[in-house]
Amino acid sequence: MDVIEGSIFILGDDINTDDIIPSHTLTLRDPEEMAKYTLEFIAPEFVRNLDKYDIIVAGENFGSGSSREEAVYVFKILGIKTIIAKSFARIYFRNLINLGIPAIKIQWINEHFSKGDSLKINLSESFIYNKTKDLKFEFEKLPPFLKKILKQGGIINKLKSELKK
Amino acid sequence: MNNTIAEKIMMEHSKENNVSPGQFIEANIDLIMVHEQLGGRIHKEYEKLGLNKVWDPNKIFFILDHWVPAPTISAAKMHQDCRNFAEKYKFIHNMGMNKGICHQVLPEMGFSRPGMLIVGSDSHTTTYGAFNCLATGIGATDVSVVFATGQLWFKIPESYRINLTGNLKKGVMSKDFILKFIGDISTKGAIYKSLEFHGKGVQNLSIDSRMTIANMVVEAGAKFGILLPDDKLKNWLDQRTQEPYKLVFPDKDAEYNQFFEYNLSEISPVVAKPSNPGNIAPIEEVLGFEIDQAFLGSCTNGRMEDLRIAARILKGKKISHNTRLIIIPASTEIYLNALNEGLIEIFLKAGAIIGNSTCGPCIGGHLGILGENEVCISSSNRNFVGRMGDPSSQIFLASPATVAISALNGKISDPREVFS
Repeated sequence: MDVIEGSIFILGDDINTDDIIPSHTLTLRDPEEMAKYTLEFIAPEFVRNLDKYDIIVAGENFGSGSSREEAVYVFKILGIKTIIAKSFARIYFRNLINLGIPAIKIQWINEHFSKGDSLKINLSESFIYNKTKDLKFEFEKLPPFLKKILKQGGIINKLKSELKK
Repeated sequence: MNNTIAEKIMMEHSKENNVSPGQFIEANIDLIMVHEQLGGRIHKEYEKLGLNKVWDPNKIFFILDHWVPAPTISAAKMHQDCRNFAEKYKFIHNMGMNKGICHQVLPEMGFSRPGMLIVGSDSHTTTYGAFNCLATGIGATDVSVVFATGQLWFKIPESYRINLTGNLKKGVMSKDFILKFIGDISTKGAIYKSLEFHGKGVQNLSIDSRMTIANMVVEAGAKFGILLPDDKLKNWLDQRTQEPYKLVFPDKDAEYNQFFEYNLSEISPVVAKPSNPGNIAPIEEVLGFEIDQAFLGSCTNGRMEDLRIAARILKGKKISHNTRLIIIPASTEIYLNALNEGLIEIFLKAGAIIGNSTCGPCIGGHLGILGENEVCISSSNRNFVGRMGDPSSQIFLASPATVAISALNGKISDPREVFS
């Protein structure tokens, strides 16, 4: 869990939760079925080439809009291990942490990442290594409070272990 | 002491004697609002915990509003899951599906009061900030945590102080102000911040207008949007609740990270162009742009004040033959009041279609979905790609007055022409 490796899919600024999972899918209720519509309107090639991507790299204000946790959950179902963004919308950030997916905040420019680049991310040492481009980035350490939730695989697991005590 | 309203209320709901921005705390929740999301991920997440009860069935406000009555079999199944959960866990405040939109009904019934900490399974939960309480949206997993423990983790937010002066001019509404503010600060400009609205300008605004402002702060990324209380608010609350409450003001030396000043008399009509609520343009820039549909409703602008100004514009007139106008009162109470005041008759005679109180078209759910390349002017809060229907459709966000005058002319128009 401390080291994440994989290749990246790139998204721009202000990607909202309607972009990630459109409203018309919300009554489907079957997450697997819903996941087929991930990024349906703005990047349908993502789901078509799913086996190529493990990590999302996005711009500012990622996950703005609705509180729908499905917009995080579909990425989890589709095997996305972490999301890197210049900034995250508040509810989306919480939903990522609560579902045990690391949210990594860094400032980046187009020259730093291209679609398909291969990354190695070390969470405990807080750095990203772009193997394809031989570039290294440090990111701000997540607060221990949030790290604890991630370590247990999400807040439901944390709560379960607390309820047992 | 030097605490903002957010710091004060957060502190009072935690075991901390002192809080500062960036600090993580566990806080006790006074009330949680849930809607159809209960039948989405929430019930599944909660069942994982293996608990046979919720922490306090008296502190849960449950309402169906997004897809009511059910337009599809899958929505009907979702409602069944919601109702089964509410019965199993003995929810006390089960509102069913005939009362209206959560963010209107909850305050109407006196559930949002000064000093409270409220969370909800909907990003526009910030609306209750108009009632001088802290309120914000959360996801399904967070809801499950609250159901189990009555507590939630929070990061203490930095606060921005927005000072309002003056009075809105005729034909200009609080929607125009909040859209302009979002355009100025950008959709990421207030991420994680608590926005405090101060000044005589706040006192000059009706409660309906204040709710529109608090509703849309989340479009700038804010965690809370809280307005300073006054006698107008007290009078409103006294008609709605017998429960005790205490008004919350910031400390004199409260620390803010940024300050903003707006004179409401200088605000003029604006729209948010497709496909971002921060893409603001003065009305003059889009005048004459043809529309296929006009939508007046949603948790942002479906209140009496909104319906009244629309009725004033539409009275005795007919909307353009190539435009459809959909009007949805935000609650059944508002629907009834509008009926008694004769507004519904004005709307029907003008050629509008009146829907039952629901979120409906705002989320592309039902009662007015947009087709290919269609253009809609809407009093709602989001104009994202595909939000109201086909991904090629375009949404302009505007005030109820702008929506009504645009429906009349079949093209985007300036409401001030009616009032000059």
